[in-house]
Order: sequence, then C-alpha cells, then structure tokens
Amino acid sequence: MARRDDAGTGNRAQGALFLGPGLVYWLALFLVPVGLILVYSFFRRTSIGGIEYTFTLDNYVRATEPLFVKVFLFSIRTALITTAIALVLGYATAYFIATRPVRYRLPLLVLVVLPFWTNLLIRTYAWIALLNNEGLINKGLRGLGIIESPLPLLNNQFSIVVGLLYAFLPLMVLPLYASIERLGPRLREAGADLGGSPTSVFRRVTFPMTIPGVLAGCIFVFVPSLANFIVPDLLGGGLKSMIGNLIQQQFFQARDWPFGAALAMWVIAITMILLVFQALMLRREGRMSGRGA
Amino acid sequence: MRPIAWTRIAVTVATISVIAAACASDTSEPSAAPTSAVPLEDQELVVSNWAAYTPEGLVEDFEKETGVEVTLLEDHVNNEDVVGKLQASDGVGRDVVFISGPYVKTLLDNGWIGELDHSQIPNLANLYPEATELAYDPGNVYSVPYTWGTTGLCYRTDLVDTEIDSWLDLLAPDPSLEGKITMLGTERWLLQPALLSLGYSINTQDAAQIDEAKELTIAAKQHLLAFDDTVFYEKLDSGEASMVHAWDGWCNYAVNENVEFVVPSEGSDVFSDTMVITEASENKEAAHAFINFVLEPENHVKVAELVLYKVPNGPAMELLDPEIVKAYPNLGITPEELLAFETELDLGDAQTAWSQAVAEIKAS
Repeated sequence: MARRDDAGTGNRAQGALFLGPGLVYWLALFLVPVGLILVYSFFRRTSIGGIEYTFTLDNYVRATEPLFVKVFLFSIRTALITTAIALVLGYATAYFIATRPVRYRLPLLVLVVLPFWTNLLIRTYAWIALLNNEGLINKGLRGLGIIESPLPLLNNQFSIVVGLLYAFLPLMVLPLYASIERLGPRLREAGADLGGSPTSVFRRVTFPMTIPGVLAGCIFVFVPSLANFIVPDLLGGGLKSMIGNLIQQQFFQARDWPFGAALAMWVIAITMILLVFQALMLRREGRMSGRGA
Repeated sequence: MRPIAWTRIAVTVATISVIAAACASDTSEPSAAPTSAVPLEDQELVVSNWAAYTPEGLVEDFEKETGVEVTLLEDHVNNEDVVGKLQASDGVGRDVVFISGPYVKTLLDNGWIGELDHSQIPNLANLYPEATELAYDPGNVYSVPYTWGTTGLCYRTDLVDTEIDSWLDLLAPDPSLEGKITMLGTERWLLQPALLSLGYSINTQDAAQIDEAKELTIAAKQHLLAFDDTVFYEKLDSGEASMVHAWDGWCNYAVNENVEFVVPSEGSDVFSDTMVITEASENKEAAHAFINFVLEPENHVKVAELVLYKVPNGPAMELLDPEIVKAYPNLGITPEELLAFETELDLGDAQTAWSQAVAEIKAS
C-alpha cells in the first residue's frame, strides 16, 4: 500500500479530486455535527432552554444516573436481540439469493430493498394495524377460535423488536449478500469434494470467509436500532423508553441540548468502539487470509 | 416557486451561520421597521402551523384579498418541535407561527417574537374578554389566541360501566378497564391527571409535589394500553381502548356515536393555541394583516368547524351551526367555565425536574 504513495504529482492531484467530494461530505455531515454535539455536551442549559457557555462535566455525571443506565441497558439488549435475529434471517436470505442463478439475483435484491420505497412511518403504522388487540392477527386468530383473549403483540419489547427488525433487516442482507456472492461456489465445492458435510463446509468455509459481511451487517443493524426513537414510540406505545427517546426528549421537550448532547455522545462512543472493533477484526482477517494465499 | 426557494436558501444560510457562530454571543440584527416600505401586495409570508389545523381556503382567500403571497408550512409536530425548529434557525424563516400558550414566553425569552401592533389588528375586538386575560399573556401583548379548550376523559359509554368523573378513574381505574386506557404522553399533560387529583397546581415548581405526581403516574402506567398523543381516538373507534386522556377537540375525531367527553370534577387546564409574529419577520404588516384576517368571524368560525375546538371569538361562535354544537357538546363550554381552570405556564428552571420525572415514568 505504501508504495502507491510514491506516484507522481499528476496522480496526487487526481487523488485529491476524487477524494474531495467525499471529504467535504464527511466534514459537513459528520465531523461538524458530531463536533457540535461534543462541544454542546460540556455546557449548561439556561432557564429559557438556551445554552450557557460555561464548561461543565455535569451532563456526563448525570448521564450515569441509574435511570439513564437502565434505559441504556434496555436499549442495548433490544438492539442485540434485533441484531441476532436479523443475522439469522439475513444470512439465510442473502445465502439464498447469492446461490440463485445470476438472472434471478437482481430482482430478488430489489425485493429486499423494495420496502425502502415507502416511508418508514407509514410502514410502522401498518404494523400497528396488524399487531394491535383489535388488529388483523388478533381478530383473525379469535375469529378462527384459536385464542380467546388477544395476544399481547403490541406496546411491548416484542413489538419494538419486530419494528426494528423490519426496518433494518435489508441493511443486514445487503453486505452479507455481497460477501457470499464474492466468495462464489468454488470454495464450497472444494470443501464438499474434500469430504466436508454441508454443515462443516458452512461452519469451516463459508461462514469464516464471510465474517466481514457479518460484521458490517451487524453494525448496520445494531447502531440504528440502538438510537431509534420512532419505533419504541409507536410500536412500544411509549411505554418503554429507549436511549433515542431520551435524547429526543432532552432536545425537544426538555430543551436541554447540553444534556441531550451528552447522552448522544454515549451512543456515538458505542458506535466508535464497534467500528474500531470491526476494523481490528478485519485486519486480523486480512492477515490470516494473506498468510493462506 | 422561486420565492419559496429563496426563503429556503435564506433559512439554510441562516441555519449555517447560526451553527458557525454557535459560540458568538449576539448575532441579532436590528429588526425591521414596524411598517415596511414594501407595499402590502408585494409582501410574502411564511406561516407555520400543525397539519390539518388551517381551514381549507383560508390562506387562498387571504392571498386573494391582500395580494400577499403565503407559504403555509404544516410542519409542526408538537410545541417542543416548533421551539426546536426556531432554536435551530434562531427564529428566522417564519413570519407567523402557531404555538400553544405556555410557549409564548419561551419564544419571547429567546427574543424570537416581539410585541404585536394592536392598531393593525382591529379584529382583536372580536375576542371574548376572557381570551384577553389568559395568564401566559394578559392583554395579548405578544400572542393572539386561535383556539382554546381543555383536557379531560373521552370514553365509550358502551364499553365503560362505571361512572367517570374523576382523574382517579384514569390513574387507578376499575379492573374492567385494565389495559384499555391511553394517556397523553407529552410532558405538560403527562403529569396533569396526577397533579390535579392531588390538588396541586398544574404549573407546580415544587420538587416534592412533582415527585408525588411522578409516583402516582408510574403506578397508573401499569394499567395503560399505551401513551398516545396522536391516534387515541382511533383506538376508541376500534374498541382497543375504552377510555382515553384527551383534548376536548380531539375527542370529537372519534366517529363512534357512543363516545363522550367529560371534564373530571377536580378540574382541568385551559390551553390555547396562539398566533405570534417572529421578530425576524421582514413583512410584519402582512403578518398582522393575516392575524386580523383569521379573526374575521366568518373566517374564524371555519376553524371551529374544522378542528372542532372552540375559538375564542364571540361573533365567530355565534355563527357556528347549533347542530354542530349539539353533536359536539365541548363546543358549548362557555368562556367562564373554561377560565375556571388553570392556564399552563412556562416552568422555568423546574423544567429540568419535570423532564427528569417524565423520563423516569417513561423508563419505569
């Protein structure tokens, strides 16, 4: 990699040209907002909901109060459950699509991203129509005489997980599909030729070789699940707060931007840790496959 | 469409400059003269309101009468969201803003709105005397009430067998209502049933009282179907909920004929959604003209017909079809009855304690 840096100035100018738009995007839409949140988190709320520019660590101290820790743990647990289910469902889906004949793959992928063409809010309300006590599922089951009183499908952790899973599953399928598709059938065939059972081929060949896709998919699902506030609000009936709800409440209802910023920094910190973890894993992965080659 | 684009660009530029100058102490510019030199018909207005809160044709009629070009933004999610939007743009980009009473002080304290010029709003004379005495802005110095109402319990008479007349019917419900109740989840209304049932002010800043109300609400949460500020009336219609904590006008959105609204015996609040003019508005003449236009009885009555809230305008209420009042009895609540209730006020520093209590209730 380092050798490429010795290229001539023409290449360097070209590099800057190609890098420019991305860099501007990254600066304007990532670094500046995150920087602002970081700065705000060290200030104080004024009594009119403005920002008093005196340095304080109070917001971070307050963020470690049992109430907020409890909400954090609930959010992490909910996001983990969502990610785990998404991994199983997403892997199966991606594997299925990647092993179809080439001409079917694109239409199948389009089906995966199709829900994105409709507003998330509308799709979330559709889940309410399905899951509520007088909804399609409960009414249907009661009509068939299978149940007597409605199943508790809405306004609990179950419905939050359903909503998050539904919203973010495509983000799991796409990186996994890319990984599995790139791997191709040959290594699997080689594994089978060498006497591996389908299970051990999957366990010892396919899965380890698609770890980068697994990591990417898990992060893509876990991070937005952790910070989401629409799903717990609508499908959770507002009865269970997640960290996104608390942050939203601080910015809007409480008009305490500094404290909201401190809570948001925790989410950003978790995201950063996950990304560093992913980078380390990938590097290790890279070294291992480098050795094998 | 070009004017809209320019407004958007102005808002964007303003937002960016606010962000860039986040740490600067004072970036305000001298406000425009009360009557600008631009003739009325060349002025433009950005009016922002909740969705489905502006009668159809109102804006068009105003444009026809005055020649002012109006952009109506129906982008208000709730009051907090409006404040957030104004905070993000430092009050720039909107001329007339609709917001609930207690937030008038918030906007004023932040310097985003200014005094109204009553000489430009002669139709203020149409307001009920009570509507000029609302505690958040006596004398309508900064705001003009658009609608007003109260909060209570909205229930299905065919699904509720017990008598409903107390906030305790919501907080400690009859076992038959278990899991069949929704409560308003917005900060200001969430603690209200508990505060009212305890006999405390709905604007209390006393930590012990807030705490007591919090405990009572946490206990009440166990009986709830959900917190709901938006579609509770649909839950009444489907039968998913038997009783909901509701604003009087919204109770009317349920189509089921067995739905009834009651104000509990402990009393309630009186709230008002108001119109204010931003300090940054460059077309204050048009903004005043717009408010004056809304206050015309034949215009203001359309608001009552659309949102089924009372409007604080005597001549307008007289124009209201008696059949509508019969169908929606909340429209018959008199100004005197309404004013017997407490008005929501800004909470000042106690806001943090309220928010903490609300967060604890939601997380419990």
